[in-house]
Amino acid sequence: MAEFLSLRDAVARYVEDGATLAMEGFTHLIPFAAGHEIIRQGRRELTLIRMTPDLIFDQMIGAGCARRLIFSWGGNPGVGSLHRLRDAVEQGYPQPLEIFEHSHAAMACAFEAGAAGLPLAVLRGYVGSDLPKVNPQIKFIECPFTGERLAAVPAVRPDVGIVHAQKADRAGNVLVEGIIGVQKEVVLAARHSIVTVEEVVDELQAGPNACVIPSWAIDAIAVAEQGAYPSYAHGYYPRDNAFYKAWDAIARDRETFAAWLEEHVYHAGGAA
Amino acid sequence: MSLDYTAAEMMTVTAARALENGTTCFVGIGLPSEAANLARLTHAPDVVLIYESGTLQTKPNVLPLSIGDGELCETALSTVSVPEMFRYWLQGGHVDVGFLGTAQIDRYCNLNTTLIGDYREPKVRMPGGGGAPEIATNAGEVFITVKHSKRTFVEAVDFVTTVGFGRDGTARDGVPHIGRGPTRVITDLCVMKPDPETKELVVVSLHPGVTAEQVQEATGWAIRFAEWLETTPEPGAKELEVLRELKARTARHHAGNETGENA
Repeated sequence: MAEFLSLRDAVARYVEDGATLAMEGFTHLIPFAAGHEIIRQGRRELTLIRMTPDLIFDQMIGAGCARRLIFSWGGNPGVGSLHRLRDAVEQGYPQPLEIFEHSHAAMACAFEAGAAGLPLAVLRGYVGSDLPKVNPQIKFIECPFTGERLAAVPAVRPDVGIVHAQKADRAGNVLVEGIIGVQKEVVLAARHSIVTVEEVVDELQAGPNACVIPSWAIDAIAVAEQGAYPSYAHGYYPRDNAFYKAWDAIARDRETFAAWLEEHVYHAGGAA
Repeated sequence: MSLDYTAAEMMTVTAARALENGTTCFVGIGLPSEAANLARLTHAPDVVLIYESGTLQTKPNVLPLSIGDGELCETALSTVSVPEMFRYWLQGGHVDVGFLGTAQIDRYCNLNTTLIGDYREPKVRMPGGGGAPEIATNAGEVFITVKHSKRTFVEAVDFVTTVGFGRDGTARDGVPHIGRGPTRVITDLCVMKPDPETKELVVVSLHPGVTAEQVQEATGWAIRFAEWLETTPEPGAKELEVLRELKARTARHHAGNETGENA
């Protein structure tokens, strides 16, 4: 059963130095509050997994939390580059970052395979692409029935999976609405899972086909109001596109970024 | 009588016209998204637009800034998970056209959105492949729209993120269950199609007022021109009006967010 914890306690209990950590939310419901708490707690040497690293991994990489990144599209959506990610890849700052780069389809399949308890995912993928040449996690196998050549990637089985959702009921069942990405898969693929929510309600009011993650599949739930900001929470608040644009200038410069981090993360306190 | 329009408008209208009504189109963000929505708002009201965030048959009123904007979900027939989108809808064979943009393209229509330079020590690191590698192989065919310049149209891409026809034009030969690949490239200067035999890109149509020399000047290899080179039809008044309204609406919407109004 999910245990209701403060975000600080949930991160302290489950996210250790050197852990493999997947945080999802496809543009929508990105767990920013949890990422900031991880930065504040000074976690190091993490293997970070996320289809679209977005600003949250740019911040965590820039803060020195990451050793490895597994991803499929590393940009600032609608704006351009992730400059802290680029600085780590191009200049090794603040420390070198090892990258394992996939396509979206392969990452989606890898999360699904992780949720299904399988060691690998197969897909009709990577035909003619140079990605298999630079990523040892991409191999090809022969279908035992048809002989077709198929791409294979290892399942994502993180130590910790973190997602943000709109609401949980008092028993700890979680409802996700809108663009649901690979959130359910991350929770089910992970050894431990943390779900942050906008609010806790008496009744989830989930329709029969709603995306619900049951309490018994989750380790910790933490209330984090506005926990996806500056991304958005369908039905709660919109994406702050202006902040995404402003981030380009903040992240481009190491000192500007450090000052932003100091003010908005280290001294922001976070959810107690 | 000729209307006033920009080269960018010429490109978007031409790209939109490539999309037939009733087509199922997997849409990339940016220029492809602009063209696909213009098609939907003009000659192709029943075009089915799907985006990799899981939105099926979406009808956004404004152009999304990112692939996962709420607008896409709120106006969609249904929103599915990302694994479902890629596995069932794309790989399952339900997409007629993949509509893509790119940072670099070569004569065999290979696309690079990964990096400039060497992979381990890149000069410029770009976002990467996203959905494109599998859109390009699993969609029935691929349209590409991109602004024409020597930086973009290079002799050989630094990295094949997304295959066109491979370094020698043969990457699709003998591969089962694969789409036809790129069938047209639409720029602000011209329209190109791959040669049916060699798969090398050939300019088939010049936009009004554009010369072959201009196209060659903006291309990083000795580009071929079709024997029967056509002139691309100009945009119509209705198309320009709808496109301009769409862009103005989009600008107002995203500016609205900047002042904290709800989307």
